[in-house]
Amino acid sequence: MYRYDEFDAAFVRQRVEQFRFQVERRLSGELTEDQFKPLRLMNGLYLQLHAYMLRVAVPYGTLSARQLRMLAHIARKYDKGYGHFTTRQNIQFNWPKLKDVPDILAELATVEMHAIQTSGNCIRNVTADHFAGAAEDEVEDPRPVAEIVRQWSSLHPEFSFLPRKFKIAVSGAAHDRAALKFHDMAVEIVKNEAGETGYRVLVGGGMGRTPYIGYTVGDFVAKPDLLSFLEAVLRVYNEEGRRDNIYKARIKILAHTLGEAEMRRRVAREFAEIKAAGTQQLPAEELARIAAYFAPPPFAALSDEMPVSADKDFFDWTKTNIHKHRAPGYAIATISLKPIGGVPGDARHEQLDALADLLDRYGMAEIRVSHEQNLVLPHVRKKDLPAIFARLKELGLATPNAGLITDIIACPGLDYCDLANARSIPVAQQISERFADLSLQHDIGELKIKISGCINACGHHHAGHIGILGVDKKGVEFYQLQLGGSGAEDASIGEIMGPGFGEHEIVDAVERVVETYLKLRRGSERFLDTYRRVGMEPFRNMAYREQLHAAH
Amino acid sequence: MLTANRLVDGDVVYWRAGGWVEAFDQGDVFATDADAEVALQAARKSVAGNVVVNPYLFEVRAEADGIQPVKEREIIRAAGPTVRRDLGKQAHDVSI
Repeated sequence: MYRYDEFDAAFVRQRVEQFRFQVERRLSGELTEDQFKPLRLMNGLYLQLHAYMLRVAVPYGTLSARQLRMLAHIARKYDKGYGHFTTRQNIQFNWPKLKDVPDILAELATVEMHAIQTSGNCIRNVTADHFAGAAEDEVEDPRPVAEIVRQWSSLHPEFSFLPRKFKIAVSGAAHDRAALKFHDMAVEIVKNEAGETGYRVLVGGGMGRTPYIGYTVGDFVAKPDLLSFLEAVLRVYNEEGRRDNIYKARIKILAHTLGEAEMRRRVAREFAEIKAAGTQQLPAEELARIAAYFAPPPFAALSDEMPVSADKDFFDWTKTNIHKHRAPGYAIATISLKPIGGVPGDARHEQLDALADLLDRYGMAEIRVSHEQNLVLPHVRKKDLPAIFARLKELGLATPNAGLITDIIACPGLDYCDLANARSIPVAQQISERFADLSLQHDIGELKIKISGCINACGHHHAGHIGILGVDKKGVEFYQLQLGGSGAEDASIGEIMGPGFGEHEIVDAVERVVETYLKLRRGSERFLDTYRRVGMEPFRNMAYREQLHAAH
Repeated sequence: MLTANRLVDGDVVYWRAGGWVEAFDQGDVFATDADAEVALQAARKSVAGNVVVNPYLFEVRAEADGIQPVKEREIIRAAGPTVRRDLGKQAHDVSI
């Protein structure tokens, strides 16, 4: 794992003390709310529906046992015993008191954590493939790049006041698990025809009220040029991104207004200028130094056989929650935070502590947070799987549903969020309960449901095979269905089905859509494949059928 | 009615007789827009005094079991998350 050097440590400590002083001045009235709000947002502190909310960065989703224990401690001491993992691989605490936040940040700093750049119009916490360093299909671990981008972007004087927030993701694998094409900017580690490793840079993706799929702006950026190229993209955005209209301020609007050819031309011009100055080169030694922090654990020569177990639950769990590892004898394990009928992404302090113990007991250095609101054990010895599963089961963390219909992404929605128009979590809970039967889930296969409680799309509804968007109709919750979205390498934006469904209709509508798929699918088609083959019409006809009956 | 969040801890509070209370059902109900506006002006002093932030008015209606907010958002805000009945005001027996 990355360890802070003296500069990182001093920087984070300084920020804590700076914020402590700012909070004191706010409480004494020296700062007004208008003056204080941007300062608290720069430190990840929001004011939500019921209370403040602190969003803590988990850079590229990697956590150590020590950090897990600290998160458990904070949940216990300063919050209400739990935390919520988000679609940006962060963790949110829903009930901190303003007066306690400086102490929380000071405690986080002792385990090299912070809440910097988790909000505001800056470069946000960089996300990465949650299977980084373990995936079989990976060119290189993306986290050294993510860490370098984090260092480059933290307090970058030129990019501290961008037109709007800026989200970057990095992946080094052929299969896109990091939703690259939905990011403001994304870096994909690729090999060229000569067999050299470099970076493909994408730009202009995004969700929110105007969803776009990103396009490639740099086909093959040489390794030393990484930061010059990213800086070139940021400069074009910083200079030409719209500041007059918040809804048109993200780079996706600029990128798609200019068009791919013009965007490429402008980025190339900036890039040439930065290159000519000769600065901003990333030396190979520095890249190697950072990469060393992310070196995989020494893999033992182990048998690649799956351990034999008579436990049917274990067998079910391995079917969906175990993924192929690059080293024989090892596996990647997804710890589902989606118990049937539970709150997607929530974890109790006892669970976080117990997971830290589990890491220690089985000699695992880290755990990952996925953007799908699950946790991942990246390097598990296959022979340890039965024992690990047994412990996860005791902890209520062994739901065998990774990638299935009950593995739902949902934003906090109107239960917590000040911006939400409708609740997301109860809809996720009801769908999860409706499809609780595991053999039915296996029959349905891969189906990603993603739910957002407002147009800002924190629940990634545009990228859901089935997306659900909560809207407000005169103070009453309604839900729009979208079909056919994908956040993977075959990225697509879901198509809106039509008028919304009421709170008591939406789960039935989802069920009819799924039943339609089961009737229409051919062979091993996933829901998404069937939808792409047959289009919206058959699904629309079935989804609204009951409503039409009721209307007549 | 008139609501805000308390500065020091973010807790949801309601306006009553020139001050703030935690329980929704103890808050003042304004019969007219003019009364509500007067209270909002008064509440702004409480912002200047660093007691609360973001005061605003919201609609309520009389129901069989008492005054209820019109919008779902305010119902949830007055009680706590609907998915965690053990949290928020609803958990402390602060009736809504």
